Amino acid sequence: MSPAPSLFDPALRRLRRDRAAQSLREADFLLAEVSERLAERLEDVLRGFPRVAILGAWDGTPARILAGRFGIESLIQVESSPLMAARAAEFGPVVVADEEAPPLAEGSFDLILAPLTLHAVNDLPGALTQIRRALKPDGLFLGAMLAGESLHNLRSAFAEAEIQTAGGLSPRVAPFADLRSLGGLLQRAGFALPAADLDRIEASYREPLRLLRDLKAMGESNPLRERRKAFLRRDTLLRALEILALDPPLKIRFDVAFLTGWAPHESQQKPLKPGSAQFRLAEALKTPELPLNDEPEPL
Amino acid sequence: MSREETAASLHAVPASREISPKLLEALVCPLTKGPLEYRPEAQELVSRNASLAYPIRDGLPIMLPSEARKLDV
Repeated sequence: MSPAPSLFDPALRRLRRDRAAQSLREADFLLAEVSERLAERLEDVLRGFPRVAILGAWDGTPARILAGRFGIESLIQVESSPLMAARAAEFGPVVVADEEAPPLAEGSFDLILAPLTLHAVNDLPGALTQIRRALKPDGLFLGAMLAGESLHNLRSAFAEAEIQTAGGLSPRVAPFADLRSLGGLLQRAGFALPAADLDRIEASYREPLRLLRDLKAMGESNPLRERRKAFLRRDTLLRALEILALDPPLKIRFDVAFLTGWAPHESQQKPLKPGSAQFRLAEALKTPELPLNDEPEPL
Repeated sequence: MSREETAASLHAVPASREISPKLLEALVCPLTKGPLEYRPEAQELVSRNASLAYPIRDGLPIMLPSEARKLDV
């Protein structure tokens, strides 16, 4: 098997998060909102989760929102940035590790959460498989990641500006996963009852530069490997800001995909095997049963 | 607190920096998913399978292969 394509630079991503550790509080609206929505979804599950892991501790915001609820007895936070981790330590134990290769023992957790974590990993199927393995049977994975058309106007403004000023294109906004493919990925990773749905969170900006500052403060500046080959020119940046300022206020969309999957357990609902039916459909529908015409019809 | 106890606690790892057995139980080597051995005196988590020793800095286990000490095999 060929290795997964390496779009993102984990060391660069760690550095971005290190730099954002201090500033995140100024721009944590998205993380706080997503953490609250993850908590809302947990409220709908009628059971407790004694042992919990959070992949992507950030500055401890998700742990702060979740701690002491949902029957949580122990909570381990995993965070790739040492400086973020030092802040998160206030809200429970933290280990510094790449969220893509979590150092979590097999079959150990009732719940694993990934708040805004998995959109910048290189091997998403691999990360999901490792998460599923770390869950106890019937354990729950609940993740939130940027997907769909997140930041679409930022992407197109940079593309247009770069064509106009530099006569070419380089990737300035990371590609985001398509919602339809995420459900399939969960299934491939071995999750039972997989589900993926999208919440749209909008923010509006009077000043486009403020958006770029917020993204930086969130540690979400461009983490792409390819960016190194072509640094952003000042005239390109200024042109992009002009384009974004054309129709104020600037409306920015974050399409947040919420992923749900359960580690398989025999108590879960499953489809029956074909041919195992005990009653005729025709009887239930009170209709005569017609024989199948086995001859294929000519096209 | 007696004099002896004070002296002993000076040499012990501060309680807040101790890795709890419960935390250790849930952790494995990120590369091999094999077990980790806690060495409090060196403040390291050792993965024999990977021949790596992950440092613990200010109570934070740093489980990044790039930061780990390579062990002689």
